[in-house]
Amino acid sequence: MSSVTTAGSISAAALHRRSEDRTAWLLALPAIVLLFLFVLLPVIAVIFLGFTDFELGYGKFRIVGFENYAHLFSDRTFRKSLWNTTLYTAMVAPVSIALGLGVALLIEGELRARAFFRTVYFLPVASLIVAMATVWQYIFHPTIGPLNALLSLAGIPGPNWLGASNTVLYSLSIIGVWQSVGFNMVLFLAGLTAIPRELYAAAEVDGAKSALDRFFLVTWPMLGPTTLFVVTISITNAVKVFETVKMLTDGGPNKASEVLLFTIYQEGFVYMRVGYASAMTVVFLAILVVLMFLQYRVLDRRVHYT
Amino acid sequence: MGALSLRGLSKAFAGNAVLKGVSLDAEPGEFIALVGPSGCGKSTLLRILAGLDHADAGEILVGGKDMSNVAAADRNVAMVFQSYALYPHLTAGQNIAVPLAMKRLSRAQRLPLIGSLLPGQRETRAGIARDVREMSALLKIDHLLDRKPGQMSGGQRQRVALARAMVRHPSIFLMDEPLSNLDANLRVHARGEIVELHRRAGVPTLYVTHDQAEALSMADRVAVMIGGHLLQLAAPETIYNDPAHIEVARFVGQPRINIIPAQTENGRAGFEGIRLALMEKVASGPVSLGIRPEFVKLAPDGRSGLAGRIERLEFLGSEVIAHCRLQASGDAIVAKLAPHEARDLIAGMPVGILLPSEQAMVFGPEGRRLRTAAAAGARQEPAYV
Amino acid sequence: MTGIPVGRIVRFALLSLGALTILAPYIFMISTAGKTQSDIFTAALSLIPQHFYFAENFAKALDKVPMATLLWNGVVVCGLIFFFQVAVAIPCAYAMAKLKFRAARMMMVLVMLGLLVPIHATALPLYVAFDRVSLLNSYTALVAPFTISVFAIFMFLQFFRAMPDDLIHAARLDGMSELGIVARVIVPNAWPAVTAFAIFSVVAHWNDLYWPLIVISKQAYATPPLGLMYFRAAEAGDDYGALMAATLIITLPLVAAFLLAQKRFVEGITMTGLKG
Repeated sequence: MSSVTTAGSISAAALHRRSEDRTAWLLALPAIVLLFLFVLLPVIAVIFLGFTDFELGYGKFRIVGFENYAHLFSDRTFRKSLWNTTLYTAMVAPVSIALGLGVALLIEGELRARAFFRTVYFLPVASLIVAMATVWQYIFHPTIGPLNALLSLAGIPGPNWLGASNTVLYSLSIIGVWQSVGFNMVLFLAGLTAIPRELYAAAEVDGAKSALDRFFLVTWPMLGPTTLFVVTISITNAVKVFETVKMLTDGGPNKASEVLLFTIYQEGFVYMRVGYASAMTVVFLAILVVLMFLQYRVLDRRVHYT
Repeated sequence: MGALSLRGLSKAFAGNAVLKGVSLDAEPGEFIALVGPSGCGKSTLLRILAGLDHADAGEILVGGKDMSNVAAADRNVAMVFQSYALYPHLTAGQNIAVPLAMKRLSRAQRLPLIGSLLPGQRETRAGIARDVREMSALLKIDHLLDRKPGQMSGGQRQRVALARAMVRHPSIFLMDEPLSNLDANLRVHARGEIVELHRRAGVPTLYVTHDQAEALSMADRVAVMIGGHLLQLAAPETIYNDPAHIEVARFVGQPRINIIPAQTENGRAGFEGIRLALMEKVASGPVSLGIRPEFVKLAPDGRSGLAGRIERLEFLGSEVIAHCRLQASGDAIVAKLAPHEARDLIAGMPVGILLPSEQAMVFGPEGRRLRTAAAAGARQEPAYV
Repeated sequence: MTGIPVGRIVRFALLSLGALTILAPYIFMISTAGKTQSDIFTAALSLIPQHFYFAENFAKALDKVPMATLLWNGVVVCGLIFFFQVAVAIPCAYAMAKLKFRAARMMMVLVMLGLLVPIHATALPLYVAFDRVSLLNSYTALVAPFTISVFAIFMFLQFFRAMPDDLIHAARLDGMSELGIVARVIVPNAWPAVTAFAIFSVVAHWNDLYWPLIVISKQAYATPPLGLMYFRAAEAGDDYGALMAATLIITLPLVAAFLLAQKRFVEGITMTGLKG
């Protein structure tokens, strides 16, 4: 049924679309090339290397199938490392989230010193963590550190914070919490300002008399998306802990602070066992994928209301 | 004693006076529209009544009892917000149930999970569910109860907000521009519904709007607020026909009332041929004359009336608005004419402008209405100058 | 309303206590940087040094740490990374958001995948590759892997989607080419997003230790965190005075930048954070 003119205009439109598509390809090309070069290819390579016995310095390598993974299961260092990472995450994530929310709620209600407190709590986020780790090392020093000096004033014998295997993970967690409270606070503050004031007014008129009532009726549910995001990012950041461990403990004492990234670093770049370290990296990636999946599939549906 | 009395309410934000001594009495079951330009303090007044803000001075009496120091939650006041303020994470049914749950369940019983295990809450919850169903049937939203606000249209949300406000049988009903987020068609329809619901509830209602048509068409009495003052509280006809203040006259009426500067001399206000005897003693000096556009007539032949010119004509279907200018004084005059009266008019033509002295209102230099002998009497056929 | 506002006092006290905990490391850092060895060993809790030893400690730190090189390296690396990230991400995000791009869906999948993969996951093969082409110990090794930021693409994509199409249509009617539109319409309007991303990117890469630790083994290319680590390793003893002085110098640039532009910092982190 199409006449000559409509056929003509259709092809003109198609032509136009094709030229726009070509421009788009050109604009996106650098990104696509780099994405392949520095993200996709390395990920494929790491998965492949995980099935080999590749070691840096040796020219040859062979494919060993799942041998590396089988070895991982029995590797005491790796199991210890996974367990330590889990413990660290289980301490740092919930505490820094709860404190971040608490501080955000307190600051939200503060009128005059609001900007000052926000600056102070955010300071660690803008500070070089490697540098602040050395400060913490001094604070945690068993004999000359101020923390133990303070404890001895109160008559409590201070522990060897970073030097004893039963306290080292707690000490690292304290640093982790100190570092991330401000970040979580800022995210929660942004979430709080996005809550419409009229909802609080409605809650008050509806009979939500106490601040606690209004928190459960309005604040907490309205913060849902923010909280989900803060939870995910806190967990991923905690799983990625490396700097403090490398600077302060080198995984010690007695592997009590071995964490996932430190073990991978040690295996791959110190012992040069790239194949084995790649298998660990695949496990690390799998953990991240599972976390993402949990965020998007399970929790996301519960906190978005529209 | 009125059902609701406000006495001398004042409120300032950071030194900025928003309310300057507002007093108002509402009869039981009365519908009062609070109308005024944005920033006049009407929303603040509503928030103070609800207990969301606190007045710097003055008192609020409900049924003779002072409410000034009662928390919002305990005032049994219902409010419908401009944005509806529905809790987005709760379904319509749960939204409507919130005020009842807050009132009837203890704090422990309201807790998630644990609350549902406590004794005695089952019957209370059943009662709440029954009341929610009853109210939603009244508002014809039964089919929406399981939906969340994000899945509803603006009109549906507005009904849910109304249901949430009415379900607790409040002693006062407050509405803050509840229709301003609806589209024009729905808004006119919703006016009628709100008036109907108000009649059923029989509770004094304060309805804030900036839309004078809404205020005039819905309310038993209209309160005009400007600059923190309540300038007049009266029936819609009185507000329109007999404004107490120049700002009230200016605010109400479309197109706006013509205001012409005039002089008083020997107790008479005069402008061109108009002479109006004032009922009270006023010092000689400048005053303002107000004449509604529908009373202005135009003489196309220019043989009667004051000499002027038509600058622009607006054809609105049932009427024609003629924007004119007086030749002598340069004052702008707007006339609202029936289409047949405007048949011979063309923009740019010279015209005779007839101003009715009987319909002219005089306002003092500070804006207060000055009574004239003519206006005091019964309305007659207007005499034009 | 009247009387003692108990709630406000409690809130203020809680916030102050927390703030003191947060500030404690900074206070000790500054105080220790001014103490002598004996001071440090005997009086850990006195905040004011008995002998002002600031000059000596700073001199020692500056003598051992090539501060200028470290800071210069940090600036060069962060600057180059940021420049490439923006130059690559903005055109790509524009194509995905505003052009009829048939590969847009595929790109979106790539971006979402990319968001999952941190440098820690790709470091091994990248290290092997850089080793093969003899690029270890170079700015290239420090910068190249970060020239592509899927996060930047994702963030600009969100930002551009919110921009009105009419803006681009008007530019086209005015005779601009697509590249001209990106340079003269999109980039100037994307300024808030660019500054937000700049802060996010600089904070992330200024702080990064993992990748520099892997590809750099020479002092000459060390970034600030790496340089501090070298200094720590060299000063095996407990000379905390000099160490704190070095930490202080190395922390200062970013903290100063934050204090000067803290509103932008917080906005930047919130914007990038919430949209990530």
